[in-house]
Amino acid sequence: MSAVAPSGATSPTVPLEGLTSARLAQRRSRILGEKAIELVLFAAASVSVFVTIGIVYVLVSESVEFFRHVSIWKFLTDTQWTPLFDDAHFGIMVLLSGTLTSSAVALLIAIPLGTIIAIYLSEFAPFKIREIAKPFLELLGGVPTIIYGYFALLFVTPILQRIYPDLPGFNILAAGLVMGIMIIPYVSSISEDAMRAVPMSLREGSYAMGATRYQTAVKVVVPAAFSGIASAYILGISRAVGETMILAVAAGMQPNLTFNPLEPAATITAYIVQVALGDLPHGSIGYQTIFAAGLTLMVLTLFFNILGHALRRRFREKY
Amino acid sequence: MSAVAPPVSHDVRTIREIIARHKRWDYLFGVIGIIALMIGVLTFTALFVDMAIDGIPRLRPEFFTNFPSRRPAEAGILSAWVGSTLVMIVTAFFAVPLGVAAGVYLEEYAPKNWVTDVIEINITNLAGVPSIVYGLLALGLFVYQFGFGQSVMSAGLTLALLILPVVIVATREAIRSIPQSIREGSYALGATQWQTTKDHIIPYSAAGILTGVIIGMARAIGETAPVITIGALTFIAFLPPSPVTASPPFLNFEWLWSPFSVMPIQMFNWTSRPEAAFHKNAAAAGFVLVLMTLAMNGLAIWLRYRLRKNIKW
Repeated sequence: MSAVAPSGATSPTVPLEGLTSARLAQRRSRILGEKAIELVLFAAASVSVFVTIGIVYVLVSESVEFFRHVSIWKFLTDTQWTPLFDDAHFGIMVLLSGTLTSSAVALLIAIPLGTIIAIYLSEFAPFKIREIAKPFLELLGGVPTIIYGYFALLFVTPILQRIYPDLPGFNILAAGLVMGIMIIPYVSSISEDAMRAVPMSLREGSYAMGATRYQTAVKVVVPAAFSGIASAYILGISRAVGETMILAVAAGMQPNLTFNPLEPAATITAYIVQVALGDLPHGSIGYQTIFAAGLTLMVLTLFFNILGHALRRRFREKY
Repeated sequence: MSAVAPPVSHDVRTIREIIARHKRWDYLFGVIGIIALMIGVLTFTALFVDMAIDGIPRLRPEFFTNFPSRRPAEAGILSAWVGSTLVMIVTAFFAVPLGVAAGVYLEEYAPKNWVTDVIEINITNLAGVPSIVYGLLALGLFVYQFGFGQSVMSAGLTLALLILPVVIVATREAIRSIPQSIREGSYALGATQWQTTKDHIIPYSAAGILTGVIIGMARAIGETAPVITIGALTFIAFLPPSPVTASPPFLNFEWLWSPFSVMPIQMFNWTSRPEAAFHKNAAAAGFVLVLMTLAMNGLAIWLRYRLRKNIKW
């Protein structure tokens, strides 16, 4: 083999010096091209940073305009939300109560069910069931939320009304329940990934001590995977707080300061939709309220994300 | 066994009882797990069947060729599906190149420094931002600051930004599964980094990237809140100008700046009306929408499954 290789590439008739300088020039242009490409790719990657800056800029700059008219204290403590009336009140508490109540209902469904499904799929389920269930859950997570909204309003609410006849047509309960089902796949898939990342030797140790599957799952695997499971819960909370269409369709758009899931109430997101559907002039106070509401939403999700980060730190297990 | 003394046998019985009790717990949890899964499955089935029963009778050809109307029996989804298609074209046009380029940069080029860290943390955080906030971003920035108006362009750009993290993450995962030896082989033959990337890394990760793009597009097509926020119309009885014209230059980009509606907004509009007849239309539109997203997600899952089976480096 070695006899074939060396001489073929360089032709002996070309003077050596010209050849090297041509090669060097080619090399230089190549390096320049490489640098240019790297720069373009870097620009693409930094778009995401500009998106974040854009979000913060838009929310804050419009909210600053809003808070020139309404004091932050009033915004946080007023118990009425009537931004479009003559006697305008801007109490974000009202919308926040709807958001928190509906999220609580959703999480009461999604966190227990999602965790059980994750434990079952990771520790108990036979291979066949897991192979079918995982893609199915993924499909469930891919259904557009407006479809869930339709389902909550026109299927779940009538059923609940049969059990509890006084339930109004718009209510937090139906919206929250359906939202909980929608969030299950997010909670279960991330929790399951975390549990499957727990090394086999931990389970084997537990079995060797005579523990059953259930004991191993609950006392060994779940604590070991808890930092991942916590991230799954946090993601579930962010989804619930930011969910829009299910609530806009099924929970009504009437601002209502309540923590009772049997009542209708507007959430922060539903209010934004309601204003966007109308025709508010750009720059009016009504237009600015949706940015103040959006900023509140961002602060809320940011708070939960920081909490999640702290939880992950606190419970991180190293193997 | 009969040789065992009575007191020991008593212990054995106690131990057996404990074991049996724990095994019952095992069994019980298995059943609870199946029930929990079934709740998900049953909800989904109920949703699908309910929508199919109400919606399928409305699914005649006119439903796809009629504009929305005040009379529910004549209303159709023409402007909605055309709008959705056009918005998706814009979304894909921006999200795919940007997302793939960003993914390639982060996997193949990015040095380990704080700039890279910031970009990475940022992408993770963006994936958790509620979609309606993207709508507010677009309303403030695209609609008013850039003056794009409430157009196909604004909506497409918004959804592109929304699914960007999905495309980036999918690209990175696909690239990460390519073994180092492929790159080394390419460099050994004198290829530059870009030649290695474009001739090896991108082609080999194409199927994985495609999976991510399909999942992202499926999400974008069903996304309602951000598109409502930028001010898409809920009732529209005309189509954007045709992208193809009979006279040169044959292509017309007027449609980018046209007002529009999309499928989920049409469905929202019909759902929020009090008349039950419109709810049938909503069910029909929803059925079409669910079939579309299911088909896209199914395709992506199948692609990934094939990929996992076929590639053995």
